[in-house]
Amino acid sequence: MDRRKFLALVAGAALAGWVPAATAQEPIKIGEMNSYKVFAAFLEPYKKGMDLAVDEINAAGGVLGRKIEIVSRDDNGQPGDAVRVAEELLTREKAAFLIGTFPSNVGLAVASFAKERKVLFIAAEPLTDKIVWDQGNRYTFRLRASTYMQTAMLVPEAAKLRKKRWAIVYPNYEYGQSATAAFKQLIKERQPDVEFVIEQATPLGRIDAGPVADAIAAAKPDAIFSSLFGPDLARFVREGTTRGIFKGVEVFNLLGGEPEYLDPLLDEAPVGWYVTGYPWQDIRTPEHAKFLAAYRAKFRDYPRLGSIVGYSTVLSAAAAIRKAGSLDSEKLVEAMKGLTHSTPFGEITYRRQDHQSTMGAYVGKVGLRDGKGVMVDWSYADGGRFLPSDADVAKMRPAE
Amino acid sequence: MTANVVIQFLNGLAGASSLFLVATGLSIIFGVSRIVNFAHGSLYMLGMYLAWSLIAFFGRGSPFGFWGGVLGAALAVGVAGALVEMLVLRRIYRAPEMFQLLATFALVLVVKDAALWLWGAEDLLGPRAPGLRGAVEILGRRVPEYDLLLIAVGPVVLGLLWLLMNRTRWGTLVRAATQDREMVAVLGVDQAKLFTSVFFLGAFLAGLGGALQLPREPANLAVDLSIVADAFVVVVVGGMGSIGGAFLAALLIAQAKAMCIAIGDVELFGTVFSFSKFTLVAEFAIMAAVLVVRPWGLLGRPPAAARGAGAVEPPLVPPGPLFWPAAMLAVLVLALVPLGGEGYALVLLIDIAIFALFAASLHFLMGPAGMVSFGHAAYFGLGSYAAGLAFLKLGWPVEAALLAAPAIGGAGALLFGWFCVRLSGVYLAMLTLAFAQIVWSVVFQWDAFTGGSNGLVGLWPQGWLKDRTTLYLAVLLVSALGIFALWRMVHAPFGYALRAARDSALRADAIGIDVRRFQWIGFALAGTFAGLAGGLFAFSKGSISPETLGVARSVDGLVMVLLGGVQTLTGPVLGATAFTLLQDEIARATTYWRAVLGLAILAIVLVFPMGIAGALRILVARAGAGR
Repeated sequence: MDRRKFLALVAGAALAGWVPAATAQEPIKIGEMNSYKVFAAFLEPYKKGMDLAVDEINAAGGVLGRKIEIVSRDDNGQPGDAVRVAEELLTREKAAFLIGTFPSNVGLAVASFAKERKVLFIAAEPLTDKIVWDQGNRYTFRLRASTYMQTAMLVPEAAKLRKKRWAIVYPNYEYGQSATAAFKQLIKERQPDVEFVIEQATPLGRIDAGPVADAIAAAKPDAIFSSLFGPDLARFVREGTTRGIFKGVEVFNLLGGEPEYLDPLLDEAPVGWYVTGYPWQDIRTPEHAKFLAAYRAKFRDYPRLGSIVGYSTVLSAAAAIRKAGSLDSEKLVEAMKGLTHSTPFGEITYRRQDHQSTMGAYVGKVGLRDGKGVMVDWSYADGGRFLPSDADVAKMRPAE
Repeated sequence: MTANVVIQFLNGLAGASSLFLVATGLSIIFGVSRIVNFAHGSLYMLGMYLAWSLIAFFGRGSPFGFWGGVLGAALAVGVAGALVEMLVLRRIYRAPEMFQLLATFALVLVVKDAALWLWGAEDLLGPRAPGLRGAVEILGRRVPEYDLLLIAVGPVVLGLLWLLMNRTRWGTLVRAATQDREMVAVLGVDQAKLFTSVFFLGAFLAGLGGALQLPREPANLAVDLSIVADAFVVVVVGGMGSIGGAFLAALLIAQAKAMCIAIGDVELFGTVFSFSKFTLVAEFAIMAAVLVVRPWGLLGRPPAAARGAGAVEPPLVPPGPLFWPAAMLAVLVLALVPLGGEGYALVLLIDIAIFALFAASLHFLMGPAGMVSFGHAAYFGLGSYAAGLAFLKLGWPVEAALLAAPAIGGAGALLFGWFCVRLSGVYLAMLTLAFAQIVWSVVFQWDAFTGGSNGLVGLWPQGWLKDRTTLYLAVLLVSALGIFALWRMVHAPFGYALRAARDSALRADAIGIDVRRFQWIGFALAGTFAGLAGGLFAFSKGSISPETLGVARSVDGLVMVLLGGVQTLTGPVLGATAFTLLQDEIARATTYWRAVLGLAILAIVLVFPMGIAGALRILVARAGAGR
């Protein structure tokens, strides 16, 4: 807790003591868990985004006449711990429902827990397709555009280039594996003659960037599809650039335009790469302008993608309570189905057919401005347009 | 093709240099102090962050700024290492073997949060080395100049260390202490100074390794644990305490990885085998292979028996007449909790009961059987996956699936134990770790069977066990029976034989005990009970993923046992309880919960060097003596 927060708390406590019990009603508690220490670069801004949303909602009078309160726990990146803190949030903190989580395995574990305990769970960040499809359930909804959706957003550009020889590099776990599978399937549909000349599955966080870059160069690809992020991405970019392997090769990198992963690259941001991400500097929509101003005023820092995810998740939670008019789990679940509300990325809807929100992502290329990586030539890809047909979804999703 | 091989060989050489720097420091520290320094990766991480800051301070562009920053960071980390030795480790040299490991584990937690607090969560990309930004062309391919520098640094450091060890008085003392610490002390050498200087050198090398890595990798908070595992492997493959061995091992592992990446996918008998995926576990597979063939590593020698390190343990005495009734009363009291407690108390108690059983099984291995395991979670995880798969894929009822857990956990331990009991000490511990990592990587990658990185979801018991209270009572009962069985075995003839084999293998052999066979059976039994705990875990959490058998879980188990105290039977149960409660309580109270947990463990380590149960026993003995 920093000093300002502490003072605000002391002041708040003092005020609460002074003002007679006009707002004596207990706040609505929402349980939140995330892997704060394991994925700190993404989740610190995420937490700030949540705090901002809570402030705004409560300043506007809260929901159902009560303030909301987010009770956060660290799940340590472990499904077992996540299930324990989820229990704690529900039983000890009496949270109305659950939000949050980052890695796929934790998201899936909490989704399964939500189904077992019949309690609403809004998964904020896990990208796995399974959480809404193969292992989807009545109680689980997901905000972020999934691996499949974000890959599908990049594929039209990729297919347009008519490159034949593709190299693929991905972190060796659920996210990288499903990004690779989705990419291969989707590009083959549009361009049946593609050839995948090399696939490198690198251990998460431990890529041997030099050997990987050289192995890719040796396969002589025309284009590369990568789903690396974080330190792995930085190492790959630097080693590959020094070795000149990206010359004359088109590179597509999922998530590469997210400030969390683009900013650390400083002036070595890989210009010309196609990425999905968040060009916060240049989005001029009124929703985003309002969010950006409020965020900068409160934190004296610019938002990352995590901020958007945290902020929007809390908005979804509040909108669900408002629509349900109650904290009853079944009513909340019904309210979530087809729920539409505004976010800094524009209006989103939680689809009835698979509980996936239509939040999109920005697709563009990496450029340099003032010695820093930015996204250029970008456009917003609405998530709703990059999902399989309803019939396909119904086939994948187990019946309720 | 030849160009590819040559280029990848150069990559392997550069990688080997990086590995060698961090591993050799660990090796020197272990050689002299016999401390398994978990915090070595944290020192490496500190080196990266400090170099980043110092270079920014001195000026990013200038050669002085860069090299001054690198050297400054290495020196600062060296000083930090020396301080750790003086302030923490020196106080617990007399504690039982491996206990220092607990202190270094606490340091890992503290350093990680300190780095987060000081440098923030975002990755920090360092500058490229001035004058070495580009690449040179070799065989038509571009090789980074900085890689060429690294290739040179490894052998240069190796040479300097050789001179230091063989041509200076200090080096002679270090080599002497590595061979026989007590003899050096008897000859009047100031051990404290020697240990502090060794820590300085080891930490300096770790810091240097980290700082030199900065142009290749951004400073980030995950690097500590990923590098320390690699460093351990290199040290053990090379032979602990052997600097040349560390160099050879680093070379072997880095080259093997580079070649795996170069080979890529290969079709064998109709199925595609991906060598690039094999990099996930390559170093551990190499370690297992080396240790099976050469039990002391490539260039290592059997360690001299440490005499008088730590107090001689008094033999366990059979528990007094009140012990069993008291234990049963405790279980009875716990069984009454659902009558009054809130819901969450049960959740926490389920966790504690399961981890107590897990810790007790590890204690059985570490204490009475005298075999330290760094990979005990493998059997816990095998058990939980066996139960989960029997439940999901075979449709077995929970009760039957739960029986599969100890069976498979035990079978795994029987298989791996056969190799492990041929080794001893840290080598044995590292072989258990290697097997655990191999099992982990198979589970992690076998998507069709184990669910891959996502794991198995939807393991909620149905029927009478669906209710949380009955589930709690069942878990409590099974765990208690398991723990009692383990305790009972310690005092059975089998347990006496195990303890005899631990205290003196030679004498045990002489009176007709088949030491290896007993140890093997002991290993398998410990795995069986760990598997049982894993099965309970699967059904209490509703889902399992590869973390169930990961290194972190093994380390948690070690921490619980050491925290409680190795020499007592009740230690692991107390340790599991304390650790679970601490983690739960602290994680709720503060953002920097890791640091607070680390400091709490450090405090326990310094105040109760015999563990919690050991301290209790001493208190009781004192009270008894005063009466």
